[in-house]
Amino acid sequence: MIHKYTLGGINIVLDINSGGVHIVDELTFAILDYIRPPLSEKCPDNVVMALKDDYREEEIERAYSELYELYKGDSLFSSDDYRQFAADEAVLNAPVKAMCLHVAHDCNLRCSYCFASTGDFGSGRRIMDLETGKRAIDYLLENSGNRRNLELDFFGGEPLMNFDVVKEIVKYAREREKAYGKNFRFTITTNGVLLSDDKIDFINKEMSNIVLSIDGRKSVNDRIRTCIDGSGSYDIIMKKFKNLAKKRGDKEYYVRGTFTKYNLDFADDVLHLYDEGFDQISIEPAVCDEEMDWAITAEDLPTIFAEYERLADEILRIRRKGEHINFFHFMIDLGQGPCAIKRLRGCGCGNEYIAVTPEGDIYPCHQFVGMEEWKMGSLDGGNLDTQKKKYFAAANLYNKEGCSDCWAKFYCSGGCNANNQIYAGDVLKPHSLACEMQKKRIECAIMVKAAMALSE
Amino acid sequence: MKHIITLNKKNLKKTAAKGGCGECQTSCQSACKTSCTVANQKCEK
Repeated sequence: MIHKYTLGGINIVLDINSGGVHIVDELTFAILDYIRPPLSEKCPDNVVMALKDDYREEEIERAYSELYELYKGDSLFSSDDYRQFAADEAVLNAPVKAMCLHVAHDCNLRCSYCFASTGDFGSGRRIMDLETGKRAIDYLLENSGNRRNLELDFFGGEPLMNFDVVKEIVKYAREREKAYGKNFRFTITTNGVLLSDDKIDFINKEMSNIVLSIDGRKSVNDRIRTCIDGSGSYDIIMKKFKNLAKKRGDKEYYVRGTFTKYNLDFADDVLHLYDEGFDQISIEPAVCDEEMDWAITAEDLPTIFAEYERLADEILRIRRKGEHINFFHFMIDLGQGPCAIKRLRGCGCGNEYIAVTPEGDIYPCHQFVGMEEWKMGSLDGGNLDTQKKKYFAAANLYNKEGCSDCWAKFYCSGGCNANNQIYAGDVLKPHSLACEMQKKRIECAIMVKAAMALSE
Repeated sequence: MKHIITLNKKNLKKTAAKGGCGECQTSCQSACKTSCTVANQKCEK
């Protein structure tokens, strides 16, 4: 399977199963319309016939021979040999090694698009006690098998509303990790309202990554991300985020926003955040009820596609000046990205990744929290619901509707299971709107790589 | 090659046999909490 497209004046050919990324000229791009595997060593007559009015015959044959070399080298029209790995026991029986720890089902903002029902996930405002937090650490230590790196994201609601417990959980984990031969990687996702110098210092010391929630321009942010009294949060959080990023130095962080139908010109929000001094930025489409005013709908797709293209051009403009900007969804490592096995199984939710509520209940991921039918167990209850774990372990590319025939499969890995459930009513049915945006982001991400490679 | 420039030399197929160590970051623990992007994660090996 291949996928060919032209963007930014560059003709790009992706060989899906080998991961091959090729930049080709107009002639070669045209030849690909006339050939299908298996390829013969000699250029087929129909190719020459079709293109001879526009190109010299020997040039057509030379370009074809280059394509044939790629084909022989298994980086064009390569076969999908991965199905055997999808059912591998090591994948199906993966230990739990990542956790989203909901230390507070409460929030000090009232963002209208919040998938967590403004922080309490529809089940009442609660915070996690230290004993539950310690049991969560123990659960990861004891259920992570031979995995050395354990990930724990402090999440909410708003985790800074329970920061004393966060600090004690980190201390407890650091005391215990060596005895188990493990390495905890902590992250935190915060709206920033309660950030202070001492909290920033602790976070910068202990957290390998921080996700700082802000939607971009003040008008955009304050329309949705409001305080309890209805006022905007931008002026409270922006200066605190700047302080954190400045103190953080080279360590990883993201300012992360959500775009909605209200700001389909979201490239301006990315650029605003960049202009304010942030260089690691993520802006994602909103996940919400399609009936909401701000919900993205299919009619928005052409605008969104054009906006991603504009953003790609802007990022190129910045990088060509020798400056650094990293847009999360355009990150792609063509040389050292994840292995094929990782790409088959995707996010790992409900299998190697779980979410834990303030009460100690376990769900497949943070977006499933509050959906009682998806509860997988509790920290007190011993083993996870093995049927549900097996179900999520088998939620790979080959079991999801339409994925195995999609060119983007090894980049997106079947999409977000929670989104699939929320929109399509089935974990195994990808949400088409999300798919279309994802494909556009991948095309843009690879174009940026190609353009930078050509200018080097 | 005159007509084609290949950007990546590594073949994904070669990562399958010895892949799946599970040490790399879970995608939702990075910066996506409402979508899934796997290809932008790093390999730990």
